[in-house]
Amino acid sequence: MQDLARRFGGRWAVARVDLAVPRGGACMVTGANGSGKTTLLRCCATALKPHHGQITFGGVDLWRRRALVRPTIALLSHATRLYEDLSAQENLATWARLGGVSADLSDLLARVGLPVGRQDPVRTFSAGMRRRLALARVLLKEPELLLLDEPFTALDPEGRALVLQAVGALRQRGTTVLVATHVPGEAAALCEQRVHMEAGRVVRISEGSA
Amino acid sequence: MIAFFQQIFGVALKDLTIEVRAPVRAFSVLFFALVILVMVAFAAGSTTKILQDIAGGTLWIAILLTSTRALDQSLSTEFEDHALEELLLWPVEPAAIFYGKAIANALVLWVVAALLTPLLFVIYDAPLFGSFVELVALIALGCAAIAAPGTLYATLTAQARGGAVLLPLLLFPLVVPALVAAARGTTVVMEGDPMRQAPAWLVVLVLFNLIHWAVAGVLFRYVIEEP
Repeated sequence: MQDLARRFGGRWAVARVDLAVPRGGACMVTGANGSGKTTLLRCCATALKPHHGQITFGGVDLWRRRALVRPTIALLSHATRLYEDLSAQENLATWARLGGVSADLSDLLARVGLPVGRQDPVRTFSAGMRRRLALARVLLKEPELLLLDEPFTALDPEGRALVLQAVGALRQRGTTVLVATHVPGEAAALCEQRVHMEAGRVVRISEGSA
Repeated sequence: MIAFFQQIFGVALKDLTIEVRAPVRAFSVLFFALVILVMVAFAAGSTTKILQDIAGGTLWIAILLTSTRALDQSLSTEFEDHALEELLLWPVEPAAIFYGKAIANALVLWVVAALLTPLLFVIYDAPLFGSFVELVALIALGCAAIAAPGTLYATLTAQARGGAVLLPLLLFPLVVPALVAAARGTTVVMEGDPMRQAPAWLVVLVLFNLIHWAVAGVLFRYVIEEP
């Protein structure tokens, strides 16, 4: 990303950010609440239009070619973006149908540790179960660029291990990963690049596995 | 192109599945419609002639008022957990999202109308001297003419504070011409249509539908995504 900036009203949430992550690499973005991490990830996901600068992935401008690149990007965010009245299987079936993806949904649910064949609506799920289902949707998409916003929130130790395992498997297939967190913890093990943000600006970049 | 139609089908199927999975929503819509029918009947008095005269118009008032509740519920599911954003990023074409949701909303309104119409005949002692097929076509086209702009405006208002109040303010003026056509057509069909006016009202509704579905389909992109 070059000279990236995004404002909400008169406040710049992300200001003049320059950052390069190698293809297949992993970068952890740290910073306090309100430092611009989520906005940065949402710009990368093409959920937000940058007001200045650009983000390229594989030489392609993400916002301008968003229709082309969106099938290759997955965002695991604070909001799990699930349909509350549908079951876990129905949610996955919907996303698979919309993406024209054929996959063994029961297997996918089992992989993230969710019960298979239950018709309980997602509304009755705990926060951790929702995160697991959102992770299953990420696995369904098999993205080339994976954006994780506080990926371990609400997850138990087993769930955290699942995320680490899933992200590790995707990285082995060449997926580029961006992780935003204010608690580095487990995420540090995933990333060889570390960026610290304050007030929308990158104030420190460090390389090398943590 | 096939993927586009698959996405329309996928969105419509998802919305209809949600309606089936959450029957409380559907019952609340139906109950609301029934209350309108009964209240207007009480307000109009017990004279059979008056009730028969206003039956067609009352049906459309009930469908219109009910539609705002159904449309608001349909879009609230998309914004409840930011699922609409995921649809865009998945990615699903904005036009496919619109047509999928509008078709599902039209189907819901058709079901409401199909359940209300027999009740209307009973409560209002309304006759049907004209063509049953024309009555069905008028109801189908009238509901579709509400569903398309309704889906667009419900998407707009669902993002605003107090959106449920805003929706009828925006939607009603836009659909009044189509509603007048549907109500007049329904009334003349019930009365026997001696002057053969129903086909003209059907043509008017077809034209309104073409305009509403085409324009709303184009504008939807600008309502849900930054330009």
